[in-house]
Amino acid sequence: MGKSDLFDIKTRLSGQVIFVIASFAVSLGLLSQIGSQTEWSDSARTIAAQPRFWPAVALGLMVAGFGLRWRLMRRRRPDRRDWLEAKRWVEPLEYYGWFILFVLAVPRLGFLPMSLVMACALTWRLGYRSKGALALAALFAVSVTVTFKGFLGVNIPGGQIYELLPASVRTFFMVYL
Amino acid sequence: MDMIPAALEVLWRWDVALALLAGSIGGVAIGAIPGVGPAVAIAILLPATFSMDPIVGLTLLLGIYGSSMYGGAIPAILINTPGTAVNALTTYDGYPMTQRGEARRALSLAYSASFVGGIVSVVCLIFLSPVLARIAPMFGSREIFLAALLGIILVVVAHRGQMLIAAALAGFGIFLSTVGLEPAAYTRRYTFEQSWLAGGVDLIVVVLGLFALSQAFVLMTMDDEKIRLPRARGSLLQGFRELARHPRVAAVSSGFGVLMGMIPGVGEFTAQFMSYTSARKLSKTPQSFGNGSSEGLIASETANNAVPAAAMIPLLALGIPGEALTAMMLSVFYVHNVVPGPGLFQNDMPFVVALYIALLVLNLLVLVFLLISTGWLVHLTRIPNRFLGMCILLLSFVGVFSIRNSAVDCLIAGAFGLLGFVLKRLNLPIVPIILGMVLGGIMEVKLRTSLARIREPLDFIDRPIAFILFCMIVVILGSTLWRVWRDWRKPDRRTPQKKAVHQFNKRIAGRTARHFDNRVKKQRRRRFYDHVGS
Repeated sequence: MGKSDLFDIKTRLSGQVIFVIASFAVSLGLLSQIGSQTEWSDSARTIAAQPRFWPAVALGLMVAGFGLRWRLMRRRRPDRRDWLEAKRWVEPLEYYGWFILFVLAVPRLGFLPMSLVMACALTWRLGYRSKGALALAALFAVSVTVTFKGFLGVNIPGGQIYELLPASVRTFFMVYL
Repeated sequence: MDMIPAALEVLWRWDVALALLAGSIGGVAIGAIPGVGPAVAIAILLPATFSMDPIVGLTLLLGIYGSSMYGGAIPAILINTPGTAVNALTTYDGYPMTQRGEARRALSLAYSASFVGGIVSVVCLIFLSPVLARIAPMFGSREIFLAALLGIILVVVAHRGQMLIAAALAGFGIFLSTVGLEPAAYTRRYTFEQSWLAGGVDLIVVVLGLFALSQAFVLMTMDDEKIRLPRARGSLLQGFRELARHPRVAAVSSGFGVLMGMIPGVGEFTAQFMSYTSARKLSKTPQSFGNGSSEGLIASETANNAVPAAAMIPLLALGIPGEALTAMMLSVFYVHNVVPGPGLFQNDMPFVVALYIALLVLNLLVLVFLLISTGWLVHLTRIPNRFLGMCILLLSFVGVFSIRNSAVDCLIAGAFGLLGFVLKRLNLPIVPIILGMVLGGIMEVKLRTSLARIREPLDFIDRPIAFILFCMIVVILGSTLWRVWRDWRKPDRRTPQKKAVHQFNKRIAGRTARHFDNRVKKQRRRRFYDHVGS
């Protein structure tokens, strides 16, 4: 184990060419829009005061970095291994969907009920189907709600569904759960 | 010295004590769970700390930052999986010790080395504070711009083998900081006529996406591992006695930790790699490094625990974060209208000293907690990956949604989570994006102010600190370019078949018989080894 082995970072090569080409294309696309998306100010006293200066620097760095990396890659065209890796990048989209559903449901159905449903359903989906695992997921959901909303008072609105509760407990649910 | 009573007054509150306790215990637990790490925990907790006093919020986050590396050593030593990324080198010598049945000795050494690293760095900082208070006011706009530029350059250069991509990702971070209303002329930049982009891209949303949500996605799409915990016997105090036999390794490694922590953009990785290599050079038994060497374990653990306190220096003195975690803490300062920078050292020194004392107490608390609770902490490594992913997803929601109850923020965070997932799959760095985003904003403001005050370009470096920083930038860029040019090899783009044909032609050119002789010998040798192996 030499000194260079300790310092060098091992990068996964499969899929990298796709990522680099896509990033290069996006950077070029953004750079091509610099005329319409930023303004040139005649009243600016120095180049650094131009609103266009820093986006140009940033996008120039992106285009140069991704472009040179692509230029210096051993394989400049994606092959079967790259596309196999790219398929793996689509896998988390399902969980992204779960997350967005949760985000949309909380203001309507409340944080505690939705946390319970989400934690248990996702635990079931991930393959932990024993009663113990589901109970643990429910316990986790309750403890997150109590710690963050009840104890730390983070800013999460009470669910619209709580309006249906009797007045004596409604405020408690709205504020703490 | 008259600062200390004032600093103790700042700390002498029940909520600070509670934050310190929760931060230290929570940090150790988070570090002990492979796959979580302090960045995820701090990203999730960040919005919750906005409602707290700055000292309470920062103590909680500092607690997690400073103690997670203690906890990260547990899975690194016992199951060969670093709890946090910076414990990677601990596995080199910690796990072989476990395989030899010396798990308790390794754990004890890691705890004692971490403790020494943590304490030495805080003591250094307390003594350095008066010097910093004197130097910090010398940093004007141009010095802060150059220091931020140096930070960006160092974070790119630190990613050897990935420098081009690190530079491009830092550029992406700078670009993100420019989106929205421009602060001087109030013109829109890259908003594409969308009102939700006019306010810019929120740093916390990006941090939560890139660190927390991406980690949730990674964990939920991977398989669970079967973990067998080894039995550990012996006293957890034996490491202190052993550490006393290697004072030079501990001192040098602490020094590297403090020095590297103070330089923006460098951080724990470089600190521990440098201390590890220097410890190997100084050792009488360099061959034992990587095979369960106590000196190797001391070097890596001392260095990485000396960094958190030192990393607070550029943050507090100049308002420049050195890495992702301090960049997150910077946002806590801004939320509470406490502006870190030269003014903080001049006007609010008790606050700074209070943070240092909090770090000192934190190290003591963590050590006591670890000595008591190692027995059950090791069981945290058994939490299944996908279940852990579900927990992080739920907590990430709390983090993102509580900022301003915006579903758009959650969509953006999710998109950055997907980007982070791809970067993690490819083992590409995330930190340059965050540092680019934070330092990009600082550089824009400081360059604009400083250029307005100079006449000639050379006036930019006519002050001593600006000149030193400029020289450092030139030397670092020059040496990096020289190294890249020296190591440059044209990429080999031939197909494996073409390569084989070329090799074959080269070998048989003029010496056909010898080529075949060699091949027969090789085959015989391989068969022999196969036999021995079976």
